[in-house]
This record gives sequence, C-alpha cells and structure tokens, in this order.
Amino acid sequence: MTTEAKDKPKKVYGRPESLKDVGFHFCPGCNHGNVHKMVAEAIDEFGVREKTIGVAGVGCGVFLYNYIDIDVLEAPHGRACAEATGVSRVHPDHVVFTYQGDGDLAAIGIAETIHAANRGEHITVLFVNNTVYGMTGGQMAPTTLLGQKTTTSPYGREFMGEGYPIKMAEMLATLEGTAFVARVACNTPKNIMAAKRAIKKAFKMQIDKMGFTFVEILSACPTNWGMDAVTANKRVEEEMIPYFPLGILKERTTADYL
Amino acid sequence: MAYVKINKDRCKGCGLCIQNCKLALLVIVEDELNVLGYHPVGFVDGEGECKGCKFCAETCPDCAIEVYK
Ligand SMILES: Cc1ncc(C[n+]2csc(CCOP(=O)(O)OP(=O)(O)O)c2C)c(N)n1
Ligand code: SF4
Repeated sequence: MTTEAKDKPKKVYGRPESLKDVGFHFCPGCNHGNVHKMVAEAIDEFGVREKTIGVAGVGCGVFLYNYIDIDVLEAPHGRACAEATGVSRVHPDHVVFTYQGDGDLAAIGIAETIHAANRGEHITVLFVNNTVYGMTGGQMAPTTLLGQKTTTSPYGREFMGEGYPIKMAEMLATLEGTAFVARVACNTPKNIMAAKRAIKKAFKMQIDKMGFTFVEILSACPTNWGMDAVTANKRVEEEMIPYFPLGILKERTTADYL
Repeated sequence: MAYVKINKDRCKGCGLCIQNCKLALLVIVEDELNVLGYHPVGFVDGEGECKGCKFCAETCPDCAIEVYK
C-alpha cells in the first residue's frame, strides 16, 4: 500500500498560487497569459504576495487585478511608471511592478518611463512588446517592425514617414539609473524558461534595493497580426528576435552606478 | 508514469501545446465544444509515452494544463 502511495504521480506543474482560478479574457494564443503566469510564479517563489503591488497600464493587460491575487492600481494610459514611483516611495518595503504594453510604455508613456528609469526608482517594469496596439484594434506602435502592416500602416511601416522601431531595452540600458535590463520572449519552452529567470531576477534585485529593473517580453498578438497562434510564435522567432535581440543587456552588481 | 490533465473549459484551442509536444500526444478534439465555444485539446497517450517534460503546460497561455509525474 505504501509503495502504491509513493508511486502515485504527483503534480509537477499547475496554476501558481497567486494566479486566481479564473479564465483569462485574452485571445487564443496571446502571450499575455504566459506573462501573467510568470509574474505569479515569481511572486510565489519569493513569498511576497502580501506585499506586492502591481500597476497596470492601459491595453490588454489592464485587467491584471482580475487575475493576480495582489493589490493592483490602474494607471492612466502611459503613466504606470509615474504611479509606481509614488507607490514605491510611500511603501518602500513593498515590491512594486508595472505591467505595460508597447503602445502604453513606448508611445504615450515614454517620458514617464525614461525619467523613472533615470531616477533609479525601486520598481520593476514588465514591458510586453507585441509590436501593435492590441486592445484598440492593432494600430501601429513605436515598436512596429519596418514593413509590418497594421490598421494605421496599411502599406507597411516605412522609416521615411514613421521612423524605426524603438528598442526600449537598449535605450534604457544606457541610463545610469537602471540596475537590470533584459529582453526575453515566450515563443518556445526554452525562451519561457529564460523569461521566468529574468523576471525573477528583476524582482530579486528590486527586493535587494538595487534600483530600477526592466524586462521587455517579446509577445505575440495573433489577433491583430492576423495569424493563428503557432504562426504568430514563428513570427516572433523569425522577425522580432532578429531585430530585438534577446539577452541580459545590463546587470549592475552594486546599488548605484559607482 | 507521467500524464497531463487538461482543463477543457479553459482551453482556447490555440494549438501551442500541440506544437510543443515532441511526442505528439495532444490533439484538437474536433467533435467536442467547450463552454467558450472552442474545440479543446485532448491528451491521447495509449502507450504511456508521456515523460512529464512540462513543455505543453509551460507554453499554454491559459494555464489549462496540469502535469503529473
Ligand atoms: C489617454 C488615452 N489615450 C488613448 C487610449 C486608448 N487606448 C486604449 S488601449 C490603447 C493601446 C494599448 O496598446 P498596448 O499598450 O500596446 O497594449 P496591448 O493591448 O497591445 O497589450 C489605447 C491607445 C486611452 N485608453 N487613454
Ligand atoms: S488583442 Fe492581441 S494583445 Fe490583446 S488579448 Fe488579443 S492577442 Fe492579446
């Protein structure tokens, strides 16, 4: 009988404790779900659920409060880093992170993001880059790739009129205020593992008061790319990763730049 | 022996798990419809081949797969 009990398969993978048992509203194959899962896993790993505060930007990630079992504030479009600055200064003992899309962070909110990073605020910024404004129907974002057709670039993005896709991670890595900057993807199990490690590292460095931590997560938006989920993940590999290379761009070992 | 449990009513049939199962143990069940209106994925492992590698569950954006090992 005991051997039977011992041999009974154990659950080795399931819903993280901090992820509420409700279904996501995301489209089939949308990587926002993967990122939510990773955030919940990181919160569970550090046991900080009671003292984590999320700030959700505007976009498909706006319903963060529905899914992760923590306190979440909503920020006006693009202002998540400014709001998180306030939260983290009032609650220095809390873990504070923002969850923002590329339309939110790299367009309307680029000033807030750069200044929060430059001030080295003790927050973690999770930047979900899917190269479009997902929630509003797939308009061009600052990160839209050259040649990519969107509802507002029907002939494909051209640098002559619309400029080049912004590489946020590289840009923020140049600032002295940032302690950790990484770019990850969730299109393959291997990339998902690396993404989880980067998010955990960012949370850990924030807990250790190392400064501003930033993780850009390349994601698929199958709906607005007009593809099925499998093809969209292939596009991440073949088109996004060559332009937005993955890896840790910066990892500071001391609390300030000296 | 390892196996996976699929929460069929959470599945949106995106097919990412199918693509990532190297042993092809997951299939879309065409004659089934879940509460969301999708054809959910089913686990077919007659020979007990599943290794419990978790690739399907890791890639599932809807957290609909549990892995037992
Ligand atoms: C001040 C303001 N301007 C415009 C909008 C409309 N709006 C809602 S979501 C969104 C874009 C979000 O895109 P992104 O940040 O890329 O997130 P995604 O939906 O792709 O995850 C816009 C422009 C708004 N809510 N508030
Ligand atoms: S519109 Fe795009 S980003 Fe929004 S839920 Fe659908 S796939 Fe995800």
